Amino acid sequence: MKDFNYHSAKDSKEASQLASSSSAFLAGGMTTIPSMKLGLATYQDLIDIKNIKKLSGIKVSGKSVTIGAATKHVEVSNSKDVKKAIPSLSSLAEGIGDPQVRNRGTIGGSIANNDPSADYPSACIALNATIHTNERKIEAAKFFKGMFETALKKGELIEAIEFQIPEKSSYQKHPNPASRYAIVGVYVAKYKGDVNVAVTGAKSCVYNDKEMSKALSGNFSSSSINGMDLDSSEMNTDMHASAEFRASLVVTQAKKAVDAC
Amino acid sequence: MASLVGSRVERKEDKRFLTGKGRYTADINLANQTYAIFVRSPHARASIKKLNIDKALKSSGVVSILTGKEIADDKIGGLIAGWAIRSEDGTEMKCPGNPPLAKDNVNFVGDPVAVVIAESLAEAKEAAEKVEVDYKVLKAVTSTADAMNGDTIHEGIDKNLCFDWLLGDRQKVKEAFDKADKVISIDIINNRLIPNAMEPRACVADYNAASEEITLYTTSQNPHLSRLIMSAFGNVAPEHKLRVVAPDVGGGFGSKINVYNEDIVCSWAAKKINRAIKWVAERSESFLTDIHGRDHVTHAELAVTKDGKFLGFKNETIANLGAYARVFGTVTPTYLFGPCATGVYEIPAAYTNVKAVYTNTAPVDAYRGAGRPEATYTIERLVEKASMELGIDKTELRIKNFPTAFPFKQTLVHTVDSGDYVAGMEKAKQMADYKGFEARRKESEAKGKLRGIGVTSYFEACGIAPSAAVMSLGCGVGLWESAEVRFNPTGQVTVYTGSHSHGQSHQTTFAQIAADELGVPIENIDIVHGDTDKGTFGMGTYGSRSLAVGGIAIVNACKKIVEKGKRVTAKMLEANPEDVEFKDGEFIVSKSNKKKTIGEVAFACYLPGVRDEMKSPLPEGDEPGLKETSFYDPSNFSFPAGTHIAEVEIDPETGQVKLEKYTACDDFGRIINPMVVEGQVHGGLAQGIGQALYENAEYDETGQLMTGSYMDYTMPRADNFPEFNIGYTCTHATTNPLGVKGCGEAGAIAAPPTVMNAVIDALGGQEVTMPATAEKVWKACKNLKKSNAKAA
Ligand SMILES: Cc1cc2nc3c(=O)[nH]c(=O)nc-3n(C[C@H](O)[C@H](O)[C@H](O)COP(=O)(O)OP(=O)(O)OC[C@H]3O[C@@H](n4cnc5c(N)ncnc54)[C@H](O)[C@@H]3O)c2cc1C
Repeated sequence: MKDFNYHSAKDSKEASQLASSSSAFLAGGMTTIPSMKLGLATYQDLIDIKNIKKLSGIKVSGKSVTIGAATKHVEVSNSKDVKKAIPSLSSLAEGIGDPQVRNRGTIGGSIANNDPSADYPSACIALNATIHTNERKIEAAKFFKGMFETALKKGELIEAIEFQIPEKSSYQKHPNPASRYAIVGVYVAKYKGDVNVAVTGAKSCVYNDKEMSKALSGNFSSSSINGMDLDSSEMNTDMHASAEFRASLVVTQAKKAVDAC
Repeated sequence: MASLVGSRVERKEDKRFLTGKGRYTADINLANQTYAIFVRSPHARASIKKLNIDKALKSSGVVSILTGKEIADDKIGGLIAGWAIRSEDGTEMKCPGNPPLAKDNVNFVGDPVAVVIAESLAEAKEAAEKVEVDYKVLKAVTSTADAMNGDTIHEGIDKNLCFDWLLGDRQKVKEAFDKADKVISIDIINNRLIPNAMEPRACVADYNAASEEITLYTTSQNPHLSRLIMSAFGNVAPEHKLRVVAPDVGGGFGSKINVYNEDIVCSWAAKKINRAIKWVAERSESFLTDIHGRDHVTHAELAVTKDGKFLGFKNETIANLGAYARVFGTVTPTYLFGPCATGVYEIPAAYTNVKAVYTNTAPVDAYRGAGRPEATYTIERLVEKASMELGIDKTELRIKNFPTAFPFKQTLVHTVDSGDYVAGMEKAKQMADYKGFEARRKESEAKGKLRGIGVTSYFEACGIAPSAAVMSLGCGVGLWESAEVRFNPTGQVTVYTGSHSHGQSHQTTFAQIAADELGVPIENIDIVHGDTDKGTFGMGTYGSRSLAVGGIAIVNACKKIVEKGKRVTAKMLEANPEDVEFKDGEFIVSKSNKKKTIGEVAFACYLPGVRDEMKSPLPEGDEPGLKETSFYDPSNFSFPAGTHIAEVEIDPETGQVKLEKYTACDDFGRIINPMVVEGQVHGGLAQGIGQALYENAEYDETGQLMTGSYMDYTMPRADNFPEFNIGYTCTHATTNPLGVKGCGEAGAIAAPPTVMNAVIDALGGQEVTMPATAEKVWKACKNLKKSNAKAA
């Protein structure tokens, strides 16, 4: 690992002022540190944001759950409030990686990184989340731009993620047996008018599957998507799963999610 | 005094390990030490056109940079294969040179070409990036099955073939097959595995200019053997000027048997620069350069009668050696494989033919089980298929072909001294509730799931090995083991064993044995190992040999102590040595009932005089001191055996396999410490199940390792396993005084076919290769659905 400068920011303002084209925020470090160790990324400055009090913690109101960006996965999975308001969100957090990762990794880091097989992006899409940054509010649907790409500008800091409490929801993942990232993860959330079916792992970026959403909005039963033949042409193929398998898993996991709702 | 052998004595080593006080190689830091980084080939096959170190030498903190040229100039030898195999046509095997630093050609990704030594690790890394190597990239050979058709990797080694070996009689087999009612055949792949010891390899080499001695601390399973190889073949230093220490070692599984490039280079370089050098592998280096395991492609056939009697067995295997043949690289797919491939069955005629090929991949060598997992996988997959095709219950078919008497003269090489395979099978069935399976299958079916049950009966030849036998088969050394038992004047005991513990609990189990033999409290016994300066010689630990060979050496040395103690007691108590009995640490003269404790005898041996009297307690001919040595050479291998039963449930929609139940019923002979044995069985099972369901080392066609990190190489975790159901039957080995057989490898040997037989049972007999990943199983489920639909 190359030498770098370590900064600990006391507030969002300082954090974004310190940011430059050769810096990264240091939240859990679960992505940043390994990529630096392997020489895949080098930064001159790491700006630690874990000491910014405002970025941690969970608030539940009547309609939404708001989670600070530097809140760790373990805190989300253990939170009684989250369990009560959106149980599927706490079980999603519980299924991320392993205990070491959950004890350090953060929700903000996860969505800022936007790994195509990460879990949280699907929660953001399915639960109509709003991403609060130090500069603005961004709707989840406009936040995830592509593989490892988001709407964040350089130096823009996520402060919190606000999820809309659904009537019912469930997240079902088919994990990569090695890393336990999602080979395919499907987050189904049912709101009064419509149903979201957010899919992660299958394509280069998380997306809302319109076809299944439509079918389920009409009839919220797994039978309405059973046997659906999804187009696999844009799906990922790697040594862990072919596009064809992923396409089938998307339907299977969606059915499981509906059944679990 | 109650016997300690057989009881769950808590591990003496736990306190040290659990409180972070273990002392591993990476914990060792020497004064004025430097740090080494190896520059490794990024290509699987290339010739080195130019290697330029000028820029790197100018990098800050660099002490020295050494390359293959200096190694060659100093006549430092290369890495070797320890076992000479002869081909069927009588020719000797063909091995390429394997210099510790490649000079002209590199043959796998990770093959080292230079070492950069610097004042700090960061500086060494920085400089290593500045070493410029101009490679001419050549077409790599990576596929086991096609290796013989690929470009020639090593000059003069035609078809990349190291040897084409035969064990058995083709003609007799042909005759047997001619008589068969049915021939069962399979094509199987034994997938390549990466051992993944928790502690990565490391070494610290030091040079003492005053004594002209090199000391190498290294992660080795066999420090004396390493010293011998580095001295006799590496030309690093004569044995008396080379000390090899293997302190606490965090797992080996075979991957730490070999002397590696880094051991030789660091030892040689430490003398050259007259400073200590430290090297610790990064996990990525472990993936690329530790020896790998398995990697066979096999076609096998079993000739049977219609009522299920086995008549003949054929085994045609291609074994991948990787880029070079290493210490156990050539014996693993031959003598450790072929003789066990007929399994626990009476099969009148059999042969195994192995073509061992070179490829541009990491060297393949002994990995937990070494050859015997591959053998067991071959025969047990065949037998399971035979049971399906013949419509005979899988347990009945096995029992029908078990030997009826012991010693059991097995088809090809071994004579198995003891065992009771039927008892093992019956107990395993009971433990697994074999009868209740059909009901459980129906329950799964009702949930839309497929359930399968798989059985394996195995035996393995371990406790390696009788020197005369192995040397006649081509082994470069004898495989005896030594022990030294030393009493201190005040009565504590130090036992030096040539075995090495890297997780096997010798500090506890060997102390239990010595405590029973000598009647000394276990707290007063220290087991010492892992340092060539502390004991005469040792062959180390692999092949489940520590107890069955090393443990017996301890027993024999203890017996010599007792014999001397009897003579000394007789002299002290003015009795005949024949009238002295030894029990629970006391020497008792049977006639007078007078006694001496073993402590008193030891004291007398070291202080052989009595004040005011010119009288010695030592009989004439006995020297002072109480220390005995034994070099034990076993008369036979030992043969653990057993039956394992697995049950899996498959979700046909996702292809995920859930291991629901796992039963292991093993016969390890006498058990010294049941708790330790459970640990060994659990570990072996985890690795065996890992092979069946999760682990796979995969190279792409250019020879890049695709599974070079834990993000892609699936190590099984605790939540992948059910609670293991473990039991034993026990027949004592008749070939050693403890009646022990060895337990270290059984799980890794039996689990892969057990689990795969269950998976394939659930899939209605459809073959899938290991590991049975979700996608493969999902595809098989789709096919099954199609063929069921057709049938209906
Ligand atoms: C072994 C392993 C297994 C894993 N398994 C899973 C899994 O199963 N599912 C899953 O979803 N994830 C998984 N992860 C990822 C993990 O969950 C982390 O969430 C993820 O690595 C990033 O979070 P972090 O807090 O560690 O971010 P860091 O590594 O600290 O930062 C990552 C990136 O995000 C940026 N960043 C961080 N915080 C903010 C912020 N508040 N505002 C703007 N930018 C920010 C940083 O600048 C950096 O570029 C795994 C990771 C590992 C190492």
